[in-house]
Amino acid sequence: MSGKRIGAEAVETKGWLRANKWLLLRRFSQFGILALFLLGPLAGIWVVKGNLNYSYTLNILPLTDPYVALQSAMTGHLPEKLGLIGLAIVLAFYFLVGGRVYCSWVCPVNLVTDAAGWLRDRLGIKGSVHFSRNARYWILGMTLIGSATTGVVLWELINPVSMLHRGLIFGLGAAWTIVVAVFLFDLFVMSRGWCGRLCPVGAFYSLLGRWSPVRVSAPQRAACNDCMDCFEVCPEPQVIRPALKGEAKGVGPVILAPNCTNCGRCIDVCSKEVFSFGLRFNNPASTIKVK
Amino acid sequence: MATTNSKSPKSGAARRQFIFDAAKMACGVGMLGLGLGLYAKQAKALPPLALRPPGALLENDFLGACIRCGLCVRDCPYNILELAKPETPVATGTPYFTARNIPCEMCEDIPCVKACPTTALDHQLTDINKAKMGLAVLIDHETCLNFLGLRCDVCYRVCPVIDKAITLEMVPNQRTGRHAMFLPTVHSEHCTGCGKCEKSCVLEEAAIRVLPPKLAKGELGHHYRVGWEEQKKAGHSLMDESKMIDLPDRLPEGATLPGHYDPASGHTEPMRGMAGSEAGIIPSTPPGLGGKP
Repeated sequence: MSGKRIGAEAVETKGWLRANKWLLLRRFSQFGILALFLLGPLAGIWVVKGNLNYSYTLNILPLTDPYVALQSAMTGHLPEKLGLIGLAIVLAFYFLVGGRVYCSWVCPVNLVTDAAGWLRDRLGIKGSVHFSRNARYWILGMTLIGSATTGVVLWELINPVSMLHRGLIFGLGAAWTIVVAVFLFDLFVMSRGWCGRLCPVGAFYSLLGRWSPVRVSAPQRAACNDCMDCFEVCPEPQVIRPALKGEAKGVGPVILAPNCTNCGRCIDVCSKEVFSFGLRFNNPASTIKVK
Repeated sequence: MATTNSKSPKSGAARRQFIFDAAKMACGVGMLGLGLGLYAKQAKALPPLALRPPGALLENDFLGACIRCGLCVRDCPYNILELAKPETPVATGTPYFTARNIPCEMCEDIPCVKACPTTALDHQLTDINKAKMGLAVLIDHETCLNFLGLRCDVCYRVCPVIDKAITLEMVPNQRTGRHAMFLPTVHSEHCTGCGKCEKSCVLEEAAIRVLPPKLAKGELGHHYRVGWEEQKKAGHSLMDESKMIDLPDRLPEGATLPGHYDPASGHTEPMRGMAGSEAGIIPSTPPGLGGKP
């Protein structure tokens, strides 16, 4: 095999635990949320009822998926009171922490596509069908117009996210085929294809987090040694460059692109500790003197 | 326009590329949308035996209002509802039940409706007896045991709205000539479509089934007026009976039709003999039969 594994340098300098800190936290979040949903049907302990489209926690906290609610609204139907409260909570939350936090910290399909991405890297599969990263926004628009014209919450007919999540909780049926299809698609057809180019759920959440205060930043970018590990590991590598390499152009260190999922993997794999979570407002054009 | 022209060749190429990319995307996504739209059309064809929970909107609206969360499934105390899996011929993720497997228990507090965060299950429905999940139809007169002249009566007995939604109508058994048949008869006004009758039908395949109302019900022409109902509403006949023409009855000289009513004169011929001693000319139900039990 050529070269060393991604993040090996970070493991050497920071230790394994710190070089995987955000990844571990993220997996804990993903599996934890799934476990809370599964506790009811598997163990009879009803902390959360429902699924990611709408859930009711401890008979007090409603949470509504805004993308599904928007498609439903396009067909001319608004939620009831609890559904509306849940909608407001979710909108406010992702508006603050970054819309695509849903993708990297909550969505169960992320586990599937991350696994495909990891395996693709291990197997050294190169080459990928080219597809614009804007395709997801076109699909997003299509699902909204389609919902309005068909009167059906359109993307829910095939949405792998809700099929997998609902399937795990209410019975999988043939939904596993869709999940396998997404896995194989990402593995063989298109690198980071599903989440990065096609999924309209992620596209919706990216728009929701367009102005989120919580962002990944590269305040120590002067220390960057161009090892490229962050680009290798990032599911949306195009978001890093403006912030990391923007010193000369007078661009601040905060990753402002809404498609950054705030997964924090770049923070983990950087041996020079260039990245950290920060606020959108803390974005000076030059970071040289920070050192 | 002027600015575009000034840096002509490069921006012209960029513009062409942009239009080309946009067209490519619109076509690809359009194809996907077309496929999804046709699939959505198929998804609206709910199989007749899949019943929606109480208070569900009509299928056309239901598929737009329901957000597939499964809260109704969770709050059903009898675990009757399930969410459609991708391979089920019901729109994926939407709740349904199959009466023959497990019918609705018609809880008085209707927890499934209360749990729904949307309008997919109508929160106006507070009386479960007003639910219209479907309509029971005694669909096979050839195998129903009561139609064979036996006293099965199970669908009638299990009906939660007994004697309103299902009654037993007594008719003479023409085969034996001396027995009665008690025909289970569904009254759409009271049937909630819970499916208890279908579940408990003792046959291998149920002779009574709950179907969507639009499949189970006929519909009179909107211009139809049922005379006796109009008469009841108005308190009198809507026609001026004195102007009615009664065509002459061809009868042998001097003969009369017993019990014949002549609208023009308002005269009724007397019946022959004692009432009930003879069935009369009109064949009707034998004495003692024909009423509700």
